[in-house]
Amino acid sequence: MPQKLMLGNEAAARGAWEAGVRLVSSYPGTPSTEITEYASKYPEIYAEWAANEKVALEVAAGASMGGARALCCMKHVGVNVAADPLYTLSYTGVNGGLVIVAADDPGMHSSQNEQDSRMHARASQVPMLEPSDSEECRLYMKKAFEISEKYDCPVMLRTTTRIAHARSMAQMEDRQEAPVKDYQKNVSKWVMTPAFAKMRHPVVEARMDALSAEDNGLVCLEMRSCEIGVICSGMAYQYVREALPGASILKLGMVNPLPKNAIVDFAGKVRKLCVIEELEPVMEEQIASWGVRVDIGKKDTGRQGELSGRKIRTIFGLDNPEVIESPGMPARPPVLCPGCPHRGVYAVLSKLKCTVTGDIGCYTLGSSAPLSAVDSVLCMGASVGMSQGFDRARKWAGEDSRKLVAVIGDSTFLHSGVTSLLSASYNRANITLIILDNTTTGMTGHQPNPATGFDIHGEPTTRIDLEELCRACKADSVVTVPADDMAKVEAAVRGALSETGVSVIIARKACALLDKKSRKDPLHIQPDICRGCRSCMRLGCPAIAFADGHAVIDPSLCVGCGLCSQTCAFNAIVGRNV
Amino acid sequence: MRAGMDNVSIVIVGVGGQGTLLASRILGAFGVNRGTNVKVSEVHGMAQRGGTVVTYIRLGDCAVSPLIEDGCADYILSFELMEAARALHYLKKGGTVITNTQCISPMSVVTGAAAYPEDLPARLKEKADTILVDAYALAEKAGETRAVNLVLLGALCALTQGDAAEWEKAISECVPARSIEVNLKAFELGTQVI
Repeated sequence: MPQKLMLGNEAAARGAWEAGVRLVSSYPGTPSTEITEYASKYPEIYAEWAANEKVALEVAAGASMGGARALCCMKHVGVNVAADPLYTLSYTGVNGGLVIVAADDPGMHSSQNEQDSRMHARASQVPMLEPSDSEECRLYMKKAFEISEKYDCPVMLRTTTRIAHARSMAQMEDRQEAPVKDYQKNVSKWVMTPAFAKMRHPVVEARMDALSAEDNGLVCLEMRSCEIGVICSGMAYQYVREALPGASILKLGMVNPLPKNAIVDFAGKVRKLCVIEELEPVMEEQIASWGVRVDIGKKDTGRQGELSGRKIRTIFGLDNPEVIESPGMPARPPVLCPGCPHRGVYAVLSKLKCTVTGDIGCYTLGSSAPLSAVDSVLCMGASVGMSQGFDRARKWAGEDSRKLVAVIGDSTFLHSGVTSLLSASYNRANITLIILDNTTTGMTGHQPNPATGFDIHGEPTTRIDLEELCRACKADSVVTVPADDMAKVEAAVRGALSETGVSVIIARKACALLDKKSRKDPLHIQPDICRGCRSCMRLGCPAIAFADGHAVIDPSLCVGCGLCSQTCAFNAIVGRNV
Repeated sequence: MRAGMDNVSIVIVGVGGQGTLLASRILGAFGVNRGTNVKVSEVHGMAQRGGTVVTYIRLGDCAVSPLIEDGCADYILSFELMEAARALHYLKKGGTVITNTQCISPMSVVTGAAAYPEDLPARLKEKADTILVDAYALAEKAGETRAVNLVLLGALCALTQGDAAEWEKAISECVPARSIEVNLKAFELGTQVI
């Protein structure tokens, strides 16, 4: 069989294609994004970026109801957004197979929390599979569709960053077409009124019991020494394999429901039973609830961050490889790129000493020094609602003049800011909302969104006009400014803050990484004119450094955006040839 | 005795945007062409925006997990001087650091809140077998400053007494056709530093 070195996400997309999937609808989110991007390259698959995860899952649910196999991918926090349809889809079940990928991020490489999607699978009573490498991403995706249709339910596939973004060999099989099934109207299955939902709930429970008892080939028993037996899944399995080569392992490919018989049987064969899992004690608490003694578990591994072979060896009192201590180095957190259109807006907000409710995206980085412009980042779309509530609270505290601004990206605004904006108008809120429109979904790797006018394939499509949309949401004022013109941004912010009601400022300029055409020659700081006042350095541009009493620009990083020259009172910053 | 490429764990570190992912892709292709077991772990998303980036490559039968634990790397391939020092904890006792001598200041250094550490080449050499490469200058000489990654791979090839043709095949498979020539030139300049 042909094989290829594949990213976990690439292999998951391959598995979906091989399973005969017809439709993929998703919202980008690290570390899930590439599944949908890879899927979109197969001509047999219709793929789209939806406005958010809830919409994506509803589109996939509709395709499933219509008889086609459908896939929907999201990061862990995306499941919160899609939870509303998810929990009731568990009751309705499916027609064509329906699989939802939830990509968790232990260690928070690119996320705002460390929630464990297995909790969602348990709470919604949806089966969940968990692969441990790329080949299993492919195989389990196919298995998930099989289970989905056999048991008439959606199935979740859980990955973590180290599975999604790791490459290992995966095989390649042919696509098995899954013909679109008949659709027969069936209100007791698809209309979840209380009367029908009451009829479906027992079906859900019976299905989970049946799945728990069935041998579906997803339990893998590796018997070695009887001294230590480890129950694990996903990435934890890889850590255990490496740290404890002599231990017996019960590797679970299905993490909800747990295969009770296999686990109880395994517990009886080993002297010391260990449950090694990242994040929450999802397996351990269930296993313990059956009266099975767990000797090593969450009290030893902890709930925070990623596991490692080293952590596991330490728990078992084994020797670890000798380590050369790294000398302490200044941290290097991510920063806004040189030429980033958000930088000027943040510099203005910082200068005006605004209180800023922020949102999720590249522009979250405006919270770090020296811009330090953001007061809060909670979840997708939260900037708008939080600004409204904060304004009311501070007025009660006697502050009438606080400069309060909400900032949100274009993609995030369309994901879940629109409803908050119209709610603010409806409730006569007093907010200033800046939409940082960089004409793309930046942080996840430049996916198009409804305001870009392009679809997932880069083909022209209907473009949502942000100005019209905000006016339709009854904002009292909507002004658009070029994001890289700090004087205009400042005038707009001052204007909005002097008004009451709902003011929207759309600060527009394409992402610097995307818009390579508008790159200019690097700028240069004339050392004899520079007074060393460090005004330009307050922008936090990685291309500007300070040496020998004046600022200097690194020509290999500068893209000539000109923002720094707007901050220079002495006109010291000019083009190279001047 | 430095490790060869048969059973090897390599940590690649650098600053987001420096082209570390291409280097790991080339090493992956190199392993695949040899028919050996390959595991690669990458970082996408937030960490790419000018932050520290770490990628792990493991070739050979010993590779189970795609991650490389502290004290387990045969080589650290560093695209930036300070990042080499930061990554030292990955290095196996007796392992080798190959580092670009280029310094890129993090924001705390740019703003003056911290200073760029001094004497790093000497401090690295004191702690581990260290090969210093002015990869930026060599990439510039090859005609493409972004080819720092290929210069460093060239140094790794020479250090492991590799067959240049085998490496060049993997490179040609991974870089766009129009830039094969400049990348191979940078690679060749890298092989000459050892």
